[in-house]
Amino acid sequence: MAHHGEHHYNLDQRFDFTASIKKSILTVLVFGAILLGIGVVLAITGGNHEEGAEAGTHAFHWYERLYASIWVNNVFFTGIAIIGVFFFAIQFAAQAGWSAPILRVMLSLGSWLPIAGVLMLATFFVANHDLFHWTHSYLFDKNDPQYDKIIDGKGAFFFWPMDKGTFPVFYIARMVIFFGFWVFFFNKFKQISAQEDQLGGSSHWYKMRSWSAFFLIFFAVSSSISAWDWVMSIDTHWFSTLFGWYVFASWFVSGLSAITLIVLFLKGKGYLEMVNENHVHDLGKFVFGFSIFWTYLWFSQFLLIYYANIPEETVYFVERLESDIYGPFVFVNLGLNFFLPFLVLMTRDAKRHGVFLKLVCTFLLVGHWIDFTLMVQPGTLGHNGGIGFMELGMFLVYGSSAIFVVLGALAKRNLIAKNHPLLEESYNHHI
Amino acid sequence: MERDTHFILGVYDDEDVLLHAVEQVRGSGVKIHEVYSPYPVHGLEHVLGYKRSKLPIAAFLFGMLGLTLALTMQFYMMKFDWPMIIGGKDYGAFPDFVPVSFEMTVLLSAFGMVGVFLITSNLKPWAQPRIFDLRSTDDKHIMAIDLANNSSLDLDKIKEILTESGATEVNKKSFE
Repeated sequence: MAHHGEHHYNLDQRFDFTASIKKSILTVLVFGAILLGIGVVLAITGGNHEEGAEAGTHAFHWYERLYASIWVNNVFFTGIAIIGVFFFAIQFAAQAGWSAPILRVMLSLGSWLPIAGVLMLATFFVANHDLFHWTHSYLFDKNDPQYDKIIDGKGAFFFWPMDKGTFPVFYIARMVIFFGFWVFFFNKFKQISAQEDQLGGSSHWYKMRSWSAFFLIFFAVSSSISAWDWVMSIDTHWFSTLFGWYVFASWFVSGLSAITLIVLFLKGKGYLEMVNENHVHDLGKFVFGFSIFWTYLWFSQFLLIYYANIPEETVYFVERLESDIYGPFVFVNLGLNFFLPFLVLMTRDAKRHGVFLKLVCTFLLVGHWIDFTLMVQPGTLGHNGGIGFMELGMFLVYGSSAIFVVLGALAKRNLIAKNHPLLEESYNHHI
Repeated sequence: MERDTHFILGVYDDEDVLLHAVEQVRGSGVKIHEVYSPYPVHGLEHVLGYKRSKLPIAAFLFGMLGLTLALTMQFYMMKFDWPMIIGGKDYGAFPDFVPVSFEMTVLLSAFGMVGVFLITSNLKPWAQPRIFDLRSTDDKHIMAIDLANNSSLDLDKIKEILTESGATEVNKKSFE
């Protein structure tokens, strides 16, 4: 704006995590738990009609579907949490000023990380054979009729330095190291930000920028490798060189949607008064732009495989497109994650007004959750998958738990980094 | 179109003064023809009361034209004019057409936007630009007021308003 007037905002504002907000979140949690319970009962009672028991192939058990459902949400919500930290670090690396008042919203998403790490590790130990084909030791035994030369060739990536088919040391180590460093950087950012609140000055900003740069380098590598480990290794034979980016794009859009929704929620409650339609517009542009980026990667992966028509590559899409269960969801996936944000958020006004953004961001969260379901289920459940009571219930249970943890963390400190040197710039942000 | 020829120019040194001056001058009922500045002044189009550009609409329409042309061309060529089997796919294999369709959409929307912009801004190669004051390419902001548009106000009154608003000079400029 033309006139740089004096701004008087209450920078010591804290988010009040009231009993009524807690109650609504817990209601969703209970509702999700009921759906999940119904889903489990349905799976147990109706589960034994499969023909899998014949001819030595393994019989399908109802709990495999439960494990797959847990795994989808582990990966999805881990992504949202780490994207909060990632987007926070990006603001410092890019020396961005517009985002100064919403930095703590981004960072608060990271509070889910420690829990996500424990859940991921625990799920792996409980469900390893049911989720990950490569964990079976007979694949690596040359004398076994089920010996698999291709997986044997990839074995070191999971089992090094132990013998293939024993304990996946390298895989577990990566999981622990990634979560460990992510939580370490998250805590470091929180700590520097808290010091800045007390002491002020620009030195903390410079410190944060350096730490952000280190984090971004680490994240560039770890995000790709975690996508191979946690998602791509389910389809052990198959590989795609841009899979890391593809998962990252899905995470990024989900994380941006979560950040946008929390900012709009806080604004609706009367917090963050300095955040106006210009800031919301910027968030909207990120959501819009990275939805197209996701589509670009989805399509790039699809087109090359479709065009080259090599059986060991096309199997990934054949399993999905030609399946009665997953086929429709492939198009739901594209509809929710590309056509919806592309058409609804195209105009400037739609990005500046909360109504459209709330709608699109909510659908995007569901859409990318479906995307992850499509990545995990065909390789683990085959024709026993689908999105039913169990999956929806699990999604609601995870989602409400994550938002409870995030809002709880947000309420512990000032909503705004009050001594951030670029706050004044963000007050005058105008696009 | 008949172009107006007689103008009063207010010369301003400082962009903050200019922004206030624009509001003040418009507030006193003077219609501003245009403001010329050496660099983009943030918020100037806002105080001048300019409406948002309609260029995005042109971009969208040209983009749709590009998309339509690209799809028509590819389906016509690959399915009807000279059907070819490539990679074992159908003749009209839609996924194959996406990259070209995308590129044509972007190309035509960019070309269309630039073309429409040049035409609406009167930037055709043979256009004779009217230079109000050469210093607007150096260190002065020039506010041009079209006398034909402000016939209800007399000349001295306009000059007074400009001086009051902080203009360092008030000049007259006429074109042939």
